[in-house]
Amino acid sequence: MRRTTLDLWVGFFVIIGMAALIFLAFKVGNLGASNGGETYVVNGQFDNIGGLKVRAPVKSAGVVVGRVKEIRFDPKTYRAVVSLSLDASYQFPRDTIATILTSGLLGEQYVGLEPGGDEAMLQTGDALQITQSAVVLEKLIGQFMFDKAAEGSAPAN
Amino acid sequence: MNGLLNFIRRLGATAVEGVWRIGFAARFFVLLLRHSGQSLTRIHLTVREIYFSGVLSLLIIMVSGLFVGMVLGLQGYETLQRYGSGDALGVLVSLSLTRELGPVVAGLLFASRAGLAVTAEIGLMKTTEQLDAMDMMAVNPIARVVAPRFWGGVISMPLLAALFSAMGVLGGWLIGVVFIGVDNGAFWSQMQAAVDFRFDIMNGVIKSFVFGATVALIAVFEGYDCTPTAEGLSRAITRTVVTSALAILALDFVLTSLMFRGQS
Amino acid sequence: MVSETDNLLVSLKDVRFAYGEREILRGVNLKVPRGKVVAIMGGSGCGKTTLLRLIGGQLRATAGTVEVAGRNVSSLNTAELYEMRRRMGMLFQFGALFTDMSVFDNVAFPLREHTDLPFGLIRDMVLMKLNAVGLRGAADLMPAELSGGMARRVALARAIALDPMLIMYDEPFAGLDPISLGVIGQLIRKLNDALGATTIMVTHDIMESLQIVDYIYFVSEGGIVAEGTPDELRASKDPWVYQFIHAEPDGPVPFHYPAEALDESLIGGSAA
Repeated sequence: MRRTTLDLWVGFFVIIGMAALIFLAFKVGNLGASNGGETYVVNGQFDNIGGLKVRAPVKSAGVVVGRVKEIRFDPKTYRAVVSLSLDASYQFPRDTIATILTSGLLGEQYVGLEPGGDEAMLQTGDALQITQSAVVLEKLIGQFMFDKAAEGSAPAN
Repeated sequence: MNGLLNFIRRLGATAVEGVWRIGFAARFFVLLLRHSGQSLTRIHLTVREIYFSGVLSLLIIMVSGLFVGMVLGLQGYETLQRYGSGDALGVLVSLSLTRELGPVVAGLLFASRAGLAVTAEIGLMKTTEQLDAMDMMAVNPIARVVAPRFWGGVISMPLLAALFSAMGVLGGWLIGVVFIGVDNGAFWSQMQAAVDFRFDIMNGVIKSFVFGATVALIAVFEGYDCTPTAEGLSRAITRTVVTSALAILALDFVLTSLMFRGQS
Repeated sequence: MVSETDNLLVSLKDVRFAYGEREILRGVNLKVPRGKVVAIMGGSGCGKTTLLRLIGGQLRATAGTVEVAGRNVSSLNTAELYEMRRRMGMLFQFGALFTDMSVFDNVAFPLREHTDLPFGLIRDMVLMKLNAVGLRGAADLMPAELSGGMARRVALARAIALDPMLIMYDEPFAGLDPISLGVIGQLIRKLNDALGATTIMVTHDIMESLQIVDYIYFVSEGGIVAEGTPDELRASKDPWVYQFIHAEPDGPVPFHYPAEALDESLIGGSAA
């Protein structure tokens, strides 16, 4: 095998290998999307985050606008502190409401943002004032059964 | 009683030899790194080895990737549609490939295609005294023969694993979208929403890099260390494949638990 | 480095060598003067090849000194050893040609590795060396396409590519037909004289050696048992030399590998 032919093959190999990596990065992964751009971080305190995980999407009106960056437990307030990393091109008013929602009945959990009417916009490090916790299915079922039981026992009285 | 003692004695001997070999391999690795300069300054030596371990593995890697992706598409859809989430097929296929199957299966194929060939080549050069002859010509065989083959493997493997994953995703797409009829848009958009570049894809690339270096080191070491007889050579080749496979699976467990532990 | 009066290129003094517990050499004294062709002979497995490796520095003596060109080989570091080996050529038993390179590239290998000569010059030098062994026409063949004798000659051309001061041969005659054997024998002598080199040859082919060498050492049981010029050895009454030269099956070199007496092992075997 002549050295030039060999070089040609190796060059071809490196190019399609790189092409595969780029395909994985942009077409399969999210490198082309919001990731990698400028972001700002806001915090929100929740009574219960349910099954929310780091890197879960943050959506507003169904559009992904950021990701969950970090989840901590605050030992003073006994609440969960969730840091959201939001795309800098999306600005939200200061009185935006953050809710932990579930996609579908059993799907993954994400943070939904509902913009308020404040003039001032959220900045890095700001805290979201109004939050709604995750709906925990076990609690919901427990509540439902309790109500049913109460209904059932009421006529007997 | 005697049999038990013998068994314990054999166990001890095996353990001592194992530890000795690991130490020897570590020294060999240091020596290899110290003599790697030539692989960079005379790049055509390494390019030649990329040809043998990379280009010649292209076909098997791409075809296997395609089939693995197609099987994932078929099996994954069967399971997912029971829960009414057939649209998530893209997520299943791409995550299993980029995180695990791509690096691991490509690594196993790489070990049995390229690793085996490297062991056989170096082992045969040793058996026919070519390495001794080189040494007597004042050319260091580790710098001239071993190091380029090692670096060729290290460079080839991540590219092969990426190709494997890409072909697999295409295979899954072929089955899922073209044959079964999952929505094309949902397939790709759900995949892109779930697969993170840094977290999933880069970790997969890091894995494939580690596996490549491991397999390449095992292959050159077993070749260089083989007993210079026909039987010693065949045993060295067998050991390359077996040790590489075990090392890949064990390292995969370690890396997975380091990279993905406690996260989604 | 080397005094002009010192006429010895290689000298071994009381050299001992052991592979682990197994002692191969038990005090070997050997002298090779400059410009001579010296043969080291002995039965298979008596440590002849080990001697060559000691001189080339691939093995280190357990005790005693190996001196090449006035320097103690075991005291050299890797760089000095490689410096010394550039002035040595070694022909391995079956040639040890690089099977992935053509004949031309094989001979060019030492030149390319150790010099920065332009391509044209390297080509001329390689063709000259190949011409010296009569294989200029085979430059483009691969080693797999060569016969055993041709491969040996290519390896010889490769060994002399850098015009060495010392050429070593490990069993240059093993497995050759009588014609190739004669060709190689003549080449060894001619190249030594043409290059002004010194030759050490390990072999057990007594007939060919007697015709071309200047001096012969006989090695057995880890030591030198006889030495002399070919004429002296032909006239020798030493039983060991006699057995070797006349190829007697039994004599001082026993036919049997050391074992217990035959009837003992047979009877012992049936009883057990």
